[in-house]
Amino acid sequence: MENEFQPIIVGFLCNWCSYRAADLAGTARVHYAPTMRPIRVMCTARVEPEFVLKALREGADGVLIAGCHPGECHYVEGNIKALRRFTLLKAMLRQFGVEDERVQLVWAAASEGKQLAEAVDRMTEQLRALGPLRWRQRVLGEQPVARHALEVEMGD
Amino acid sequence: MSAETPNRARHDPHATPDAGHGERVGVYVCHCGHNIANTVAVEEVARWAGEQPNVVVARDYKFMCSSLGQELIEQDIQQLGLNRVVVAACSPHMHEKTFRSACQRAGLNPYLFEMANIREMGSWATDDREAATQKARAQVKGAVDRAVHQQPLEPLYVDINPNTLVVGGGIAGLTAALELANAGYHVYLVERDSSIGGHMAKLDKTFPTLDCAACILTPKMVDVANHPNITLMTWSEVIAVHGYVGNFTVRVRKKARYIKEDLCTGCGTCVEKCPVRIIDQNFEVGLGYRKAVYRNFPQAVPKYPVIDTANCTFFQRGKCRACEIVCPTDAIDFNQKDQIVDLEVGNIILATGYEQFDARRVPQYGYGRLANVFTSMEFERMVNAAGPTAGRVVLRDGVTVPKRIGIIHCVGSRDKNYHEYCSRACCMAALKFAHLVHERVPEAEVFNFYIDIRASGKHYEEFYHRVLSESTHFIRGRVAEVTDAARGPGEEGQLIIQVEDTLIGKQRRIPVDMVILMAGMESRKDARQVAALFGLGCDYDGWFTERHAKLDPVVTMTEGILVAGACQGPKAIPESVAQGSAAAARVAGMIGQRVMKMEPVRASIDAASCSGCRICNTLCPYHAITFHEDRKVSEVITALCQGCGACVAACPSAAISGAHFTRDQVLAQIEGILWDARQPEVLWLEPQ
Repeated sequence: MENEFQPIIVGFLCNWCSYRAADLAGTARVHYAPTMRPIRVMCTARVEPEFVLKALREGADGVLIAGCHPGECHYVEGNIKALRRFTLLKAMLRQFGVEDERVQLVWAAASEGKQLAEAVDRMTEQLRALGPLRWRQRVLGEQPVARHALEVEMGD
Repeated sequence: MSAETPNRARHDPHATPDAGHGERVGVYVCHCGHNIANTVAVEEVARWAGEQPNVVVARDYKFMCSSLGQELIEQDIQQLGLNRVVVAACSPHMHEKTFRSACQRAGLNPYLFEMANIREMGSWATDDREAATQKARAQVKGAVDRAVHQQPLEPLYVDINPNTLVVGGGIAGLTAALELANAGYHVYLVERDSSIGGHMAKLDKTFPTLDCAACILTPKMVDVANHPNITLMTWSEVIAVHGYVGNFTVRVRKKARYIKEDLCTGCGTCVEKCPVRIIDQNFEVGLGYRKAVYRNFPQAVPKYPVIDTANCTFFQRGKCRACEIVCPTDAIDFNQKDQIVDLEVGNIILATGYEQFDARRVPQYGYGRLANVFTSMEFERMVNAAGPTAGRVVLRDGVTVPKRIGIIHCVGSRDKNYHEYCSRACCMAALKFAHLVHERVPEAEVFNFYIDIRASGKHYEEFYHRVLSESTHFIRGRVAEVTDAARGPGEEGQLIIQVEDTLIGKQRRIPVDMVILMAGMESRKDARQVAALFGLGCDYDGWFTERHAKLDPVVTMTEGILVAGACQGPKAIPESVAQGSAAAARVAGMIGQRVMKMEPVRASIDAASCSGCRICNTLCPYHAITFHEDRKVSEVITALCQGCGACVAACPSAAISGAHFTRDQVLAQIEGILWDARQPEVLWLEPQ
């Protein structure tokens, strides 16, 4: 833990497939990186681009959006709508200099606990290689202030 | 964004509510025995939670879902005046209902409850205690911050239409239809084929009792056809489903039979006189013939034949009309068209069944290449007295009686190359075949090649012992190959089964005259399209996903859509019947309530903010948003809305809000769940 960077991923999981996939991963005791913090949404179509940006701004190193496979959406085609939005959002993030690996959209059926766990592991490795995002510095151009002093104060 | 830094602690759990909101949150962290407590420092998470803004009390408890755990919450709500409750425990899919009820009992609106999933997505997914504890803190913080923004909601009530649609006329669908009809409710039974009966109608005997399938099935088929509460629609397919539980509108295409059902007496003269004879790939699985105007079998229900236009001389060349000429009641109508029928139903039971695994996919077993390799369904038709050979066990030439028969188990099942699962019914069917061979061809020798004999059912093991005592040979091992390439004089002109007998540890070559491949069950090729049509889920193998594999096996995640029989997974007849009855009971229970409570997770549009851009109108998959031309605003029809939130996310004016998943709630949860992630270099940016 000391040396290895532990990224924080916010996971937007759809209620019907991916949230259940994550439940199944746990029930089947599939171990994966404890880096993904889940937020349940009814459908990936509910994920506003703003949610992703908010998570990155609040300090997440990456955002994982997980939905049902195309054609298996509980709400007919919400996942396709999510994909459409995701593509546009990615184009914008690229202009901000945010690496592609930081925001990912994956499909995981309710039976694919293992696949979802693998997606989290894979993303964790990718983020580890990239290092922390530091959105405010990188995208908003804010300068760290008294960083040293703060770190001393925050140190546990 | 919250004004407090994470370090601002509030140690007194009974302190006055936070002045900013006035919300009084209670946090309950569950040990789940050792399930959570072994990996997450539960007491520490609870202690820490107690210091968070708005949290009035935080406790940890061995089993929150127990009656004592629930009472704890109820007491706190009443005594401490809690107006929000957060439980950090298992998945909300497990116990959200439990805790919502507890809140309700104590007078708190159930939608002011929130759950943090620290078991399935926490303690069970890692061994790293420190990381799991930190993740649990973040999840609790996210839940608390979200809960603060949650609003009380009232459930919606919808009327339940007492009619039910059953899709599929196999034994599961028939059972479900009969149960409901007998209970006094109307049932529409839609079957794609020309007759009901399904796979069971093809079978000869059924294990382990060996009663004849037709003798027990055909009376049920007749009951269905004659039942005043059942509308039977064969040769029909569902093409569209709209609506929601209690109020589905189902569009069915009644394919043209080219037979007037009101005039046809089912005498069968047309079938007899039809000059076209083609191989019946459907009912006789390629082993027998049928005419261009045909019935699957003489006892087919309904009795009306259908004309197969692809093979009918009249439809292909405009000549013949033999059937029309001979029909004594003028029931033939070449001009008949497909009919579209709309049905109004409250619930839908899917009993669409399975398909047999295509044995050609295992090339080393030679099916389709070696003449005397048969599939289990072919053999089933062969031993059936009403089948193409009138029950005689013969080789492909139609005359030679085999002296040695090899039955190969697990073809396409329990095999990583095809399907990993066990098809359940084939072991017993193979034992039944062995018995039937002994009965029909007493001098024949039978070899069963098996991996394990799965005889787990009532009287199944006894049947296995009976077959053992009939001197069937059992050879344990997966067959490597079936070949006609003889290596010695004893093998010439025969099929040689190459197998490693794992009980004696030797390779063996067993020459036989006939091979039967126990091809397993697989989901129907169009299972995924059917699932999409009805809005339910399929697993990796294409079986329909039930709500809970053990505790809720016939209900799906989509309210009002139920499953029964082998469309949900491989099943033999008794289980299919049990599921058919179970599904019917569930539907009857639902109808009995007359009205149904529905989750109030719905979208609504604030007319004052709506700009009338209509982006949301086309986004809604349920056509639940209408546009008022006069006022130039859109409105959500609450009863049709399913609460996906696609419109909420898309509205450029933020005029649409999704109850229980509002922007405020999700943004607050994002902030909370990332409480420890705010970078030190930006702390100075916090609002003053």
